[in-house]
Amino acid sequence: MGVPQIEMRDVGLSYFSPKHETEALRDIRLEVKAGEFISIVGPSGCGKSTLLSLVSGMLKPTRGEVLLMGERVNGVSPRVGYMLQHDHLFEWRDVLSNLLVGAEVRRIDKKKAKEKALYLLERYGLGGFAHHSPSQLSGGMRQRVALVRTLVAEPDILLLDEPFSALDFQTRLTLADDVHHIIKEQGKTAILVTHDIPEAITMADRVLVMSKRPSTFSASYDIVFDEGPDLTPWRKREAGRFQEYFNGIWKELDAHVASAG
Amino acid sequence: MSLPPVDETKEPAAISGLPEAPSARPQSNEAPKSPAYRRYLKRQRRRTLFIQLSRLLLLAGLLALWEIAARLRWVDSMLTSKPSQIFSSFRELTVEGDLLKHTWTTGLEMLVGIALSMAAGTLIAILFWWSTYASKILEPYIVVLNALPKVALGPIFYIWLGDRYSIYGMAIAISIIVTIMMIESGFKELAKTKLKLMESFGATRLQMLKMVMLPASVPNFIATLKVNVGLTLVGVIMGEFLSSKAGLGYLIIYGGQVFQMNLVMVSVCMLALMSVVAYGVVNWIGNLLMKKYHYEG
Ligand SMILES: Nc1ncnc2c1ncn2[C@@H]1O[C@H](COP(=O)(O)OP(=O)(O)O)[C@@H](O)[C@H]1O
Ligand SMILES: [Mg+2]
Repeated sequence: MGVPQIEMRDVGLSYFSPKHETEALRDIRLEVKAGEFISIVGPSGCGKSTLLSLVSGMLKPTRGEVLLMGERVNGVSPRVGYMLQHDHLFEWRDVLSNLLVGAEVRRIDKKKAKEKALYLLERYGLGGFAHHSPSQLSGGMRQRVALVRTLVAEPDILLLDEPFSALDFQTRLTLADDVHHIIKEQGKTAILVTHDIPEAITMADRVLVMSKRPSTFSASYDIVFDEGPDLTPWRKREAGRFQEYFNGIWKELDAHVASAG
Repeated sequence: MSLPPVDETKEPAAISGLPEAPSARPQSNEAPKSPAYRRYLKRQRRRTLFIQLSRLLLLAGLLALWEIAARLRWVDSMLTSKPSQIFSSFRELTVEGDLLKHTWTTGLEMLVGIALSMAAGTLIAILFWWSTYASKILEPYIVVLNALPKVALGPIFYIWLGDRYSIYGMAIAISIIVTIMMIESGFKELAKTKLKLMESFGATRLQMLKMVMLPASVPNFIATLKVNVGLTLVGVIMGEFLSSKAGLGYLIIYGGQVFQMNLVMVSVCMLALMSVVAYGVVNWIGNLLMKKYHYEG
């Protein structure tokens, strides 16, 4: 078990356009063990989405290398499920066939995928909506459909890019509990990108803070609660060390935002 | 022992072990209409009726004015013809002459022209999306071809393709460039917004084409088809003007040359009628496709 599931070695990424160059990431070093859940917080535009795209294999690093299970990433891996910031539901397909897009692309057995999709829909309270069109769903429902679509493709590694940002507060907390439970239960490795500091603390085993561009990790917090490791995200908000973590991360972020302005 | 017949057409609703999704149909049990809503509906219906009636009246009024002006010699009916005369020569031409045959010829040419230029235009647009190189290399040529007055190519088509096929040459020349440009710009927009998800699953280009680009282009296809129909008809008539021995364009030119305004007017009316039918058919196909791909809102 020596090899980390995700490893980034001195990774840098610059966007090139004919007019200018944007250095988004610099000297990123990251190791994530199998089954670990990490959160990344940082000012907007610092390169969080870019980092996830690197892990997913959609982008190639300009410098350094990205490894999954010790192997260099070369193109999009079927082990990775990437839940994008925007839901990207296709309005010409109904909910169920939207859920099967990933399975279809990856040529996963249709019948099994469909069974799994229907089961997960039921579980997320979307049981009656399999044959609705996405335009008939609320923002929260669409987000849940997008999450289920990611899970149907059976990834080992989940990349979540601000997955709850479109939801109302209550749905957000419930869904966070649910997602946390599923990921922990199935032993999946996950990277969650978020703006929301409490969300980052309560979901993850480790929180990484990114500096402003060109970004790198400026601090790392191992999240350990005295109340035990099995608290739900909801309960963690009331746990003893929560406020301490919150203040620490807040200060760290505040320094970046202040120096940016 | 005989088993009861299995209804193959039925949807496989419940997968074993999983609870069946209640088929929720939002508008199935209609609420009773309130009086205010009923009044609103009535007003709307009356409005639509009024608009349609006004359209008919306008047409009738114009025809009447034309007829009266010709009869009272406000205008020279040798030059303007008149509705009653057009109608009687329409009857004559359909019964004794070949008006229907000519209309059929033009209609068929238009249909084939539309099919060919839509298919070729779509294929070329796909090629441009598939290969950025191809699109970059060919872009200036497309721009120049678009600006070139295609009528100028008439004699070339005539010499190369002969009197029948040069009409298709002209029809396609006039409509294909705009078709390519419209479909391609739709593709470009889609590529920016809709392909990210497919990329995240590691989809191939062919998968992206089949699962996203083509179905997502349906509204754009329909808009393109509408433009294409008009342009192809222009091309067909232009082709007939230049070279053909049949079709409505030929009749119009012929009628002009022998100074038979009736023949010209009848042919023009036929052409107008044909455009109306073509537009109706395209609209109908469009609605059908939109429904099939869930775009109805
Ligand atoms: N395709 C792109 N081309 C050029 N610059 C980009 C592109 N995508 C992102 N950027 C730039 O890279 C930086 C990081 O973007 P992103 O990863 O989306 O940030 P975040 O997700 O943290 O808000 C931003 O400054 C953004 O403007
Ligand atoms: Mg982002």
